[in-house]
Parts: sequence; C-alpha cells; structure tokens
Amino acid sequence: MIPDYLAEFFGNKFIGYLIAAALPLFLWILPYALYAVYAERKVSAFMQDRIGPNRVGPKGLFQTIADILKLIQKEDIVPASADKPLFVMAPYVIFAGTFAAFAALPFSSIYIGSNINLGVFYIMAVSSFSVVGILMAGWAGNNKYSLYGAMRSVAQIVSYEVPALLAIVSAVMVIGSLNLNEISEMQTAYFWNWWIFGGPVVGIKKFLLIIPMTIAFIIFFIASLAEVNRTPFDIPEAESELVAGFHTEYTGMKFAMFFLAEYGNMFVVSAISVSIFFGGWQSPFGYLGNSLGISWLIPVEQVFWFLFKGSLLVLVQMWLRWTLPRLRVDQLMTVCWKYLTPYAFINLVLIGIITLF
Amino acid sequence: MTTYDLIFYLFALIILVSAFIVVAARNIIYSAFSLLFTFFGVAGIYVLLNADFIAVVQVIIYVGGILVLIIFGVMLTNKITEVEIKTESFQVLPSIIISGIIGGTLVAIFTKTNWKVAEPQILDKTVTEIGRFLVSHYMILFELAGIILLVALIGSVMIARKEKLETEEVEK
Repeated sequence: MIPDYLAEFFGNKFIGYLIAAALPLFLWILPYALYAVYAERKVSAFMQDRIGPNRVGPKGLFQTIADILKLIQKEDIVPASADKPLFVMAPYVIFAGTFAAFAALPFSSIYIGSNINLGVFYIMAVSSFSVVGILMAGWAGNNKYSLYGAMRSVAQIVSYEVPALLAIVSAVMVIGSLNLNEISEMQTAYFWNWWIFGGPVVGIKKFLLIIPMTIAFIIFFIASLAEVNRTPFDIPEAESELVAGFHTEYTGMKFAMFFLAEYGNMFVVSAISVSIFFGGWQSPFGYLGNSLGISWLIPVEQVFWFLFKGSLLVLVQMWLRWTLPRLRVDQLMTVCWKYLTPYAFINLVLIGIITLF
Repeated sequence: MTTYDLIFYLFALIILVSAFIVVAARNIIYSAFSLLFTFFGVAGIYVLLNADFIAVVQVIIYVGGILVLIIFGVMLTNKITEVEIKTESFQVLPSIIISGIIGGTLVAIFTKTNWKVAEPQILDKTVTEIGRFLVSHYMILFELAGIILLVALIGSVMIARKEKLETEEVEK
C-alpha cells in the first residue's frame, strides 16, 4: 500500500499518511476538474452543432487552464451585505465534504486513502457536510436567488439520498461488505464477474441477480444525478430561473472552489457506481502486466481502469445534461417518492429473496 | 504526547469552542452552523475510541438530518417571513453556578475514581458485529425502535394531510 510505503520513506507515520492523503487532490482532482470542464464544453458544443473552445492551445486544450489562471488573479470580493464569516467559510466546507469522500475510494489495489470497513457508508455520511455548506453559501450571500437555490438543492439532495442508499443497501446485501477495496477485489478477472452481471457467484443465482443488480445501478445512477445537482435535476441552479443558484454571489477563487467541488462530486458518485457495480479497479479483460510478466505494471493498469471507468460515467452524466430538459419541482419529488423509492424497496426485497437461496 | 493525543486535543478544542459559540452567539444562524463543527468533533472522538460505525452514524444523522432540519427551520422563519428572532442570555449567574457545580462534580469523579483500564481492543468488523447483535440479542428493542419511527412517520404524514384537506374545503 502506498500510504505505508510513504510512512516508511519519511520515517514518520503521520507525515507519510498526510502526503498520501494529498495525492488524489494534486494528481487527480485538479487535472480531472480542469479537463472535465473542458470536456463538458466540448460535449455541449458537439451536441448543439457548435465548435466549442478552440483558441487556446491545440483544439482549445489549454482553455480551462487559462480560465483557472484568470480566476486566481481575480479580486476576492465579499458583498457588502453578505454574512462575512459564513460567506468565506462556505466554499471550504463544501470542498472539504467532497475531498473527504476521496479518502475511501480505492484507486488501485495499492492505493486507497483509508481502508476502512465502512467505505460506502462513510462517503454517504461526509457528503452531508456539502449539504450544510450549500445552505451556508446560500444563506451568506444574502440574495434571494442564492437562498432559493440552496433550499431547492438541499431538499433535492435529502430526498434523493433515500433511493440512493436503498439501491446501495440492496447491492451490499449480496456483496456482504461495505469496504470499497474489498468489493473491488471480489470482482476479479473478467467483466462477467462484475456485480452488475451477478458478480463472482456461480450457478443460477448469478443469472437471477443480473436484472435486480441492473435495476439497483439504474436507481443509484438517477439518484446520484440528483445528488450532484446535474440536469435533469438541476433546478437548484436553473440558470433561467435562479441566475446561478446558491453560488450566485461568489467570484474568483471561491467560485472556482464550487466548481471544483461540483466536478469532484460527479467523480465521487461515478466512482461509487464503478466500485460497486463495474468492478472497481479491476480490468475487464485481464492484465497486460500478467501476460508480459511485469508485476509493477498491474497497479498502474488498475489506476488506469478505475479512472477510465469513472470518467466514462462522468461523460454519461454530461451527455444526459445536454440531452434532457429540466424537471419541475413537483415532477422531481414525484420521481423520487412515487417511483424511485418504491422500486428501490421492491428491488431490495427481491435481492433479499435471491440471496436467501 | 503522541500524535493521537494531539488529535484528541484538537477535536476536544473544536467541540468546546464550537459548543461555546452555539450557546453564546447572538445570531441564531451562527449557533445552528457552529453545531456542524460540534457534531464533527464528536464524530472524531468516536473514531479515536474505535467506534467507527457510531462516528459515521453520528455524522449521517446529526449533520445530514437534524442539523439540516434546524437550519431549514431557522432560515424559513428568520429571513423569508421577516420575523426577527432574537437570542439573549437569561439568568447568566445561576446557570454559571449550576453548570460549575455539575462540571466540578464530573471532574471530581473523574480524578477520584480508581478506573479499571482494559487493553484497547481493535475490532476488525464492527458493522458485522452490530448487525448480528441487532437481529439476535437486541431484537425486541430494534423492532420497537422501528415501530416508534413508523408511528412518528405516520403521525407527520397525518398532520401534513390534515392541512391540505382544510385548504381544499376553503377552496370549495
């Protein structure tokens, strides 16, 4: 494991673990967020028959880097009527919630921030810090649009946590573990051992599991779209109604923090789906390192597959955002309470019956 | 002093300072938001005590549920309806005396008692053990808690429905 190695290297457990904990931030979240914004703009441009950013660098590849450099230079404005301490604190609370979730994500068999037994449950818990941060930001801006955006956002996140957790619980019932690293380890070798295809179970049970697991994944995916405030569930920041939702009053680097947190959250929910349903860091076709006999290549491949599958799901989120129209508030609640939650319950019972055999 | 001691005092400091703000803040919204840090600190202490499951449940219920409810309540009543909510401290002297007595008693008990110290056990799978206990040893209590929650749920639904019926009658 990399954290232990670093602890040995620096001769101090504390310093080694701190550096290991900062790795995903600098090696993945920052570059990923920059290029996810670029990808979002390119995807939207492609769908709307436009070109998208194409001036800075080849094909506009450096556009978002230029954007973030601009944002860093901006003056740090706090509105005169804003609640200053809360206004300053809110972006950090939101980002802390997102970044804390990365601690339990297994990037490969040799790197996981904290190999705790409560993995998924922990991620669901720390995401509630972001909820409070959203309320803080919406309140502190002292702007009615911010406040409405925050209220809508929180109402939505709290409601959609129910089907998301139920879908995860139904999957965890089959798997028998909450530790994302263990869950990834189980789905070895080939893609038909992924939990969405019944997992490494043998016999008729595997085929019986395919449909309920697929349903669980679809429910979790829809609910996670709502939890990260993406279209079709983006009424919290509906541009045509609320300016920009809870971060209307923010500028410069603080605004960039919200962006970073939003894109970070998109990856976190995708990574949960990947770890539980799509094999985590396992390769779908076996490892190149195994066939070539190079053992150090295997963890690198695992990191690649984890990030690749996660980014692919993020791409699906972007694709949906530019395809579907926004839901109304009442439709939003109907989808959650009248469709997703009952289906998730039925699925839970179904999977329970299947696992009994 | 080991690193763990340092972490413990850090969390203790977070709890004390934020809890003081909860009590002393003039603006009720600050009280509500600083509860976030109190709950966070308590969760940290639970983690140091090897109770990881309770720590996560603490965060998910108190921060994700109760705190959000409190903040919602404060926001909806304070800013939208333009009702001024004032928080003031009443009876400062008696409360200081009473809490001083309670605190002194606790410190006295803490220092005077001859505590039995057990070797810390590191539990590997807390969730599995808790789950097993919930459906075997504490079965009845677990079911009772479920029934109480169900009653509360039905009650809140009934209250919400009643208002809707009344407005419909007014409309007719």
